[in-house]
Amino acid sequence: MNFTLEIWRQFDREAGGEFETHKVTGIDPESSFLEMLDLLNAKLGRERKRQVAFESDCREGICGTCSLVIDGYPQGPKQVTACQIYMRDFVDGATIKVEPFRNNSFPVVRDLVVDRSALDRVIQAGGYISTTTGPQPDPNSMPISPAVQKEAFDAAICIGCGACVAACPNGSAMLFTGAKVKHLNLLPQGQPERETRAVNMVEQMDAEGFGGCTNYGECARVCPQEISLDVIGMLNREYRRGQLAEKPADRAPMTTQ
Amino acid sequence: MVDLWKTTIGKKTFVAVSGSILVAYLVLHMAGNLWSLAGPGSGEPQIDVYAEWLRTFGGPLIPEDGILWAVRLILLTALIVHVVGVVQLKQRNRAARPQAFPARRIGRSWESRLMMVSGTAILAFLIFHILQFTTLTIDVTPLTKGAIYANLYNAFQEWYFVLIYLVAVVLVGAHLRHALWSLFQTLGLDNPERNRQIRTGASVLTVILVAGFASVPILFYSGALGAPDGEGAQVAMTKEAGRS
Ligand code: HEM
Ligand code: FES
Repeated sequence: MNFTLEIWRQFDREAGGEFETHKVTGIDPESSFLEMLDLLNAKLGRERKRQVAFESDCREGICGTCSLVIDGYPQGPKQVTACQIYMRDFVDGATIKVEPFRNNSFPVVRDLVVDRSALDRVIQAGGYISTTTGPQPDPNSMPISPAVQKEAFDAAICIGCGACVAACPNGSAMLFTGAKVKHLNLLPQGQPERETRAVNMVEQMDAEGFGGCTNYGECARVCPQEISLDVIGMLNREYRRGQLAEKPADRAPMTTQ
Repeated sequence: MVDLWKTTIGKKTFVAVSGSILVAYLVLHMAGNLWSLAGPGSGEPQIDVYAEWLRTFGGPLIPEDGILWAVRLILLTALIVHVVGVVQLKQRNRAARPQAFPARRIGRSWESRLMMVSGTAILAFLIFHILQFTTLTIDVTPLTKGAIYANLYNAFQEWYFVLIYLVAVVLVGAHLRHALWSLFQTLGLDNPERNRQIRTGASVLTVILVAGFASVPILFYSGALGAPDGEGAQVAMTKEAGRS
């Protein structure tokens, strides 16, 4: 198969960027989108041109590292991660637009690579549990009902790729933050920080410059892990619960990049 | 409270609560309007009786118009909080993403996209509406203080007033179809098992409100609600005569 790619090229954070057109030929329909980009890079290498920077790690849809906007769809048109898109999904001869995730809290590092550390700082603000080290706890010493376990797990499968932010017209990270809060606040291990978790994470989210939720639902529709918009309802609930709870010592949001 | 106003989620809470106050008022207002469907009656139309009751409600303990002004104050406060909150959130949201944002939108409803547009139009309409039927400033068709039925009857003989009111009501409907559902999400009153019902409920309440509000101008214009008689009509007619 042959394709024309319009790829975003940007040398570094400061430089402006623009689309560059590249042709790729003889692509196996069974190759993945990232393999197709590998082939393009091999060709660029042979021609002694700068290769296209893009991120990937597992290439099996579980790590959330890959992050492309393909033809305007964050993580591609299939609602899976970009690494799970195959070239057979495209029409032979098509022109495909490839861009980085875009919103002001994810600055472009180079070409298709963006800096998503804003999400890491949201995690640092509350996406953890405090636990004692020592011997392994007895199995079944902490009963969790199947219903709670399922709900928490449905949120816990968020891979933190940031497609929700890229899809949101407001550049909001509430689906991501909601998934983390739901995951931890439902489980017994997450209870010690329950009253402060949502408040701290939301304050960090705001400090990073993410927008707010208007319940459009674009995020949930691109999420490769099918995180439901319901997590945002839970985030709202838990945030207000934290606001009403006895105020713990104020914790200033971390500085951003 | 101050802390709450500072974060995106907190501010949105204010928008949702003030919005709910406005919605509650809309329901009462729509129901009140339905008194005009009782027709001109003989002597005093029901809607005029109802309006008089509103004015003197709680008397003599509460001064005349007392409740009316209290409600007006609450509504004005709610409206200001709502609009200021919405505008500030919008600015934040704009700042959060680059201007030429390329991502395709694959699922938002048109009502949700139009919230700012429908909201602004509603605000403009509110001003017009108050100037017409409350302060009687937009005195195109003869308007008389206290003669509600006659005022409505005369105004809604004109197709352009009917049109303005119908468009406004549809815009309110568009605003509410997203808002009534969004509200539950914002206040965290949602529940995965109930979300479908909440969405349906939002649509049903929207349809009821739109139908209720729209029925008044339509029934007047179509002639189903007859000309007023009695005092109101006479005053109106004298005024009309004086004008020509
Ligand atoms: C009759 C008057 C009005 C009623 C009953 C009303 C009701 C509501 C309700 C219940 C919400 C949902 C809040 C939420 O999403 O949680 C809402 C949202 C909204 N309203 Fe209104 N509203 C009215 C007037 C206005 C006006 C005058 C404006 C603006 C100029 C406006 C702009 C908006 C916007 C933009 C939103 C979406 C906010 C967001 O998603 O962040 N509304 N409205
Ligand atoms: S590379 Fe791991 S999810 Fe795509």
